Amino acid sequence: MRTILHIIRKEFLQFKRDPKMFGIVLIAPVFQLIFLGYAVNLDVENVPTVVFDQDRSQVSREYIESYTSSGYFNVYNHVNNYDHLQTEIENGNAILGLVIPTDFEKRIGRNETVKLQAIFDGSDGNKGSISAGYVASITNKFAQEINLDFRDRMGIKFNPVGSIEAEVRAWYNPTLKTRVFMVPGVVGLLLSIITLVLTSLAIVKEKEIGTLEQIIVTPIKPFQLMMGKLVPFAIMGFATVTIVFTAMGAIFGIIPRGSILFLFFSSFIYILSTLGLGLLISTISKTQQQAMMLAMFMVMMPMVFFSGFSFPIENMPQALQWVTYIVPLRYFMTIVRAVILKGAGFAELWMELSALLFIGVLIFALSAQRFNKRLD
Amino acid sequence: MNSIEINNLTKKFGSFTSVDSISFNVKQGEIFGFLGANGAGKTTTIKMLCGILAPTSGDATVGGYSIAKEPNKVKLNIGYMSQRFSLYNDLSVEENINFFGGVYGLDGKDLEDRKEWVLKIANLRGKEGLLTESLPGGIKQRLALGTAVIHKPKIVFLDEPTSGVDPISRRNFWDLIHHLADEGTTVFVTTHYLEEAEFCNNIILINAGKLIAEGSSKELKSKHLKNKMYEVECERVVDALEILEKQPYIDESSIFGNNIQISVNSLYESTKQIEETLTGQHSIEVKRIEEIIPTLENVFIHLLEKHNNGSAN
Repeated sequence: MRTILHIIRKEFLQFKRDPKMFGIVLIAPVFQLIFLGYAVNLDVENVPTVVFDQDRSQVSREYIESYTSSGYFNVYNHVNNYDHLQTEIENGNAILGLVIPTDFEKRIGRNETVKLQAIFDGSDGNKGSISAGYVASITNKFAQEINLDFRDRMGIKFNPVGSIEAEVRAWYNPTLKTRVFMVPGVVGLLLSIITLVLTSLAIVKEKEIGTLEQIIVTPIKPFQLMMGKLVPFAIMGFATVTIVFTAMGAIFGIIPRGSILFLFFSSFIYILSTLGLGLLISTISKTQQQAMMLAMFMVMMPMVFFSGFSFPIENMPQALQWVTYIVPLRYFMTIVRAVILKGAGFAELWMELSALLFIGVLIFALSAQRFNKRLD
Repeated sequence: MNSIEINNLTKKFGSFTSVDSISFNVKQGEIFGFLGANGAGKTTTIKMLCGILAPTSGDATVGGYSIAKEPNKVKLNIGYMSQRFSLYNDLSVEENINFFGGVYGLDGKDLEDRKEWVLKIANLRGKEGLLTESLPGGIKQRLALGTAVIHKPKIVFLDEPTSGVDPISRRNFWDLIHHLADEGTTVFVTTHYLEEAEFCNNIILINAGKLIAEGSSKELKSKHLKNKMYEVECERVVDALEILEKQPYIDESSIFGNNIQISVNSLYESTKQIEETLTGQHSIEVKRIEEIIPTLENVFIHLLEKHNNGSAN
């Protein structure tokens, strides 16, 4: 036990001397939080729109006005021909091109159905489909008003038919902001980087400069060395988590609805996997560069892609969805988001927690065994 | 009493045999020189003796414990200083001493005493707070040695401890080694500097993983170099060497600095013979011919050439 403490103390002394490390653990998390909080925004607002209004009537102007007043569209240009509209979309100036036919007002006056054209730049599928949804709802509303207007004019005082209206409420994230979903995920990302990447680097660094050889000649047992290396990074990981939670509340006003204690407990279970993977990488790599490449490209990137951090798992092909079941970050992401946004606890998340524990113990045990064998 | 006993120790890396069944003993309290060219298997042997590498076959006892069966007990009784500087550059002098002292189980008064001793031998008293990185090479080596023996091991292994260190620091370092040996520590040292090997009580020479000679410096010289050696100073050294190589009375010849060193056999009569060959037959002016006492370098070049020719044939 004393030996482990000696190693831990040494790690912290080295950590203190390394300003880069200090930055990575204490400052980078806040930056990352801000970047992801502001930059990663999948919300669709201010869709640049170009209009080709062939009718130029009062009704067509009212219709276009309903786009501007919705807040989702920015009608920045009116054009006089198709070619010009096409160019605007091709240049990427406009995402939506609206074409209103010549007889727009006339046919509405005759109580006929009018068709108009809405052309989208669909290269960003997400943005295109969300904008299309807005267009449909604006048009529906406009049509409904025309209907009501007609009924008023005809003196019809009651609804001729019953109708259905869905009262939509988004729970946990009422304004449906991407940020509220992304920011808690950063906790999982940072905790992984510190416990996985930095741990493996710290061990391989000693290999590289030759101090590991010196340590092997001392009576330090592999188990003690392992604990001495892992504990400091686990502590730093928790320090980062604390910083991120604080910053999350201070900057974005996102305050965990669930128990912080439960979050820390889940984090502890989660880092069994990441520390284990870090150890594994350290036994494979000879240089810090190798360790870095392995950690980033072989472990971190697939883990992030398959965790549901940014790409929804439900949208993946079934085969890939199965793959995500072995990715520890997947479970941790679910837990973190559920605890922070929904206020969930053990009762709702015990399955994810058990999966995490199982994978963690497995990875950690295998890696520890390999680490011990390599040093002996 | 033997401090280290090595029996048919072998290490293979795949099909390559790095250390090929070597056996020798090292006595308690002696300075033992372990010599050989680069890649001869010196470092591999030391690593096996320190328990860093497991032997492929054979065994050795270090301080009475088998390296194959009781590596952990071996580790308590040895100190090791590797080729590369292996203290933490980003820790201060005192932090390094505290760390290594701590992992060897020293604390309280013991640790303070030993820290004081290490600082004294490394000339670092009052500079405990300096970052190790900032120390000059010679001081770093002394600090590394002090730290390697902080737990007063019976045996210390030094793998090329003085490579890349200036001559004065090297001399100081060897004073330290003698001091350790006087206190009864067995010092097992590898080096490239043959004048350093003269300081050793006993020497072994390995080549391509095989042991090719052992004994004291004196024994090696008298046993392996029976021929007399001369140094010839003359004009046109390269031409002269070519001529001398063909003479039946000369066994070996080589250029040393601006001179030629030759070893002669029983056909040799007197210095006149050399003058006759060079000046008489080839009109190369001879300035000086002098008998020399062979150095270890002469012995080793002789032995290595013999061994390499033997394995080539």
